[in-house]
Amino acid sequence: MKALYNQPKLELQTPEGMEFSLPLAGPVSRLLALWIDLAVVMVAGAMIQRALGVLAAVSADAAQGLMTVMYFVVSLLYGILCEWLWQGQTVGKRMMGIRVMDRDGLPIHVSQIVVRNLLRPVDMLPMFYLVGGMVALASRYGQRVGDKAANTVVVYSRQVEPPDWQKLLAGKFNSMLEHPHLAARLRQRVSPELAGVALDALVRRDQLDDGARVELFRELAERLRQMVEFPAEAVEALSDEQYVRNTVEILYRSR
Amino acid sequence: MILDIQRFLQSAKPIWKELGELLDYLEQDPDPQWDLNQTEKFYRLYQQTSAHLSEVRHLTAERELRGYLEQLVARSYARIYVRRAEKNRARWWQWFTAAFPAAVRRHSMALALSVGLFLLGCVFGAAALKIDPSSKTALLPFGHGQTSPTARVKKEMEDRGKRISQARGRFSAQLMTHNTQVAFFTLGLGMTFGLGTIILLFYNGVILGAVAVDYVSDGQAVFLMGWILPHGSVEIPAILLAGQAGLVLGHALIGWGNRLPRRLRLRAVLPDLVTMAGGVALLLVWAGIIESFFSQYHEPVVPYALKIAFGVVELCALALFLARGGANEGAV
Repeated sequence: MKALYNQPKLELQTPEGMEFSLPLAGPVSRLLALWIDLAVVMVAGAMIQRALGVLAAVSADAAQGLMTVMYFVVSLLYGILCEWLWQGQTVGKRMMGIRVMDRDGLPIHVSQIVVRNLLRPVDMLPMFYLVGGMVALASRYGQRVGDKAANTVVVYSRQVEPPDWQKLLAGKFNSMLEHPHLAARLRQRVSPELAGVALDALVRRDQLDDGARVELFRELAERLRQMVEFPAEAVEALSDEQYVRNTVEILYRSR
Repeated sequence: MILDIQRFLQSAKPIWKELGELLDYLEQDPDPQWDLNQTEKFYRLYQQTSAHLSEVRHLTAERELRGYLEQLVARSYARIYVRRAEKNRARWWQWFTAAFPAAVRRHSMALALSVGLFLLGCVFGAAALKIDPSSKTALLPFGHGQTSPTARVKKEMEDRGKRISQARGRFSAQLMTHNTQVAFFTLGLGMTFGLGTIILLFYNGVILGAVAVDYVSDGQAVFLMGWILPHGSVEIPAILLAGQAGLVLGHALIGWGNRLPRRLRLRAVLPDLVTMAGGVALLLVWAGIIESFFSQYHEPVVPYALKIAFGVVELCALALFLARGGANEGAV
């Protein structure tokens, strides 16, 4: 099933010229984080109300006044304090594995935290975050109004675990290299032009759509198979693309 | 280049592991007491990993590995190029007494525009009520349009502050929170290229102008001043300062006379916006307390002369504070 929402990425370049990208948080994760945060604020409000129940026995007016102020302060400062202390995360964002970052991929500064939270009422207009939601959906980086003012983005912050090294290496076993005399014959027979085309196909693999890629590797593999015949046990499990990959490795690998 | 992935992983894995461990440590303690050697080591590991990422970038089959290295580079980049907060952070008191007025003065044109728009609204509101008295109910909020000023004054004098004395705390809290919300909203509407801020400033002016004409026409000018001045001399400037901040935000968005990209223009004004918002909030806390505990008491409980004098003194002190605060500390 094709996803309705294609996850955009924030493409960045370090001063050393290295390019990398950060996956931007999707609307569903952000909405769920928001609901969790609203629930936290409501629970905090209920706890304050309970705590002030003692004061109400002395002065109902003072207790109600304090409750109004405390609830306002909690709802205003909750986001600011959490994002400040947890480097761009609130309870909801932590649970959803997302984080607020500077638009340049850096940790956010306290002034950015304050401004993006102060502008929340504008995002909430006219109700249910309609303005913020529409602006974020239209924004290239999913920024609501507060994010645009503060120059911030919300990204996924889940740590990527190291790859399974064994799996990574297992796929790289080149069964054709088990037959060095056939590999040598392949080096002799494949023209530099064909070798270049095969290499180019591998390098540009992601730029091809699925159908074109399958067709290209099928044709290349067919031509390469005709040049040298490897034993069936060495090549029978290989896909066309893997066959080309193994061949390119034989052709370009330093002996 | 065809990469020998086995040899590559063998040599690079320890580097990535070490960098990952350092990053975990740094994310727990963003300001570690590292010596030069440790810092250099971290930077070297980052550079090596960046180079590795560059090598595997074209290995289309190694998405997982690329993702892992990209994250290591992204996390390192965020730690190396972080914009650190200034170490000599101003104390809270110094922030309010020096940084806040200095920030207000830095954007004096926006303040002048904010005041101008508000006054224009006042003139419009006053003229509208003068020309068409039947517009009172439409112009005045909070039930002021339903009653005559003289009737209200009579009621207040009879009540002698009993009604408000039973709910001062709640009333004060509501005023503080409501006014702070309005102020922040006025600031935030700067994101409509200043248009929303302009409308709110004008609208607030319209209300004050209409109220003033209503009370003055009814012969209650002294009551009006005694009622408004004690808290209004702080509350109204606070809203004007919030409007100023909104206009600064709007100006940064539009970028007249500034060729920097929008995000850099916004970034440049953020600290002042935060400072102004914080200052405004504190002023509104004060105004809320005064309105609830002082402004709502009228003669014969509190003489109008005292209330008016109190308001005038407050206004002068605030003007002096904003004009001179922090000027001697080089915060301008």
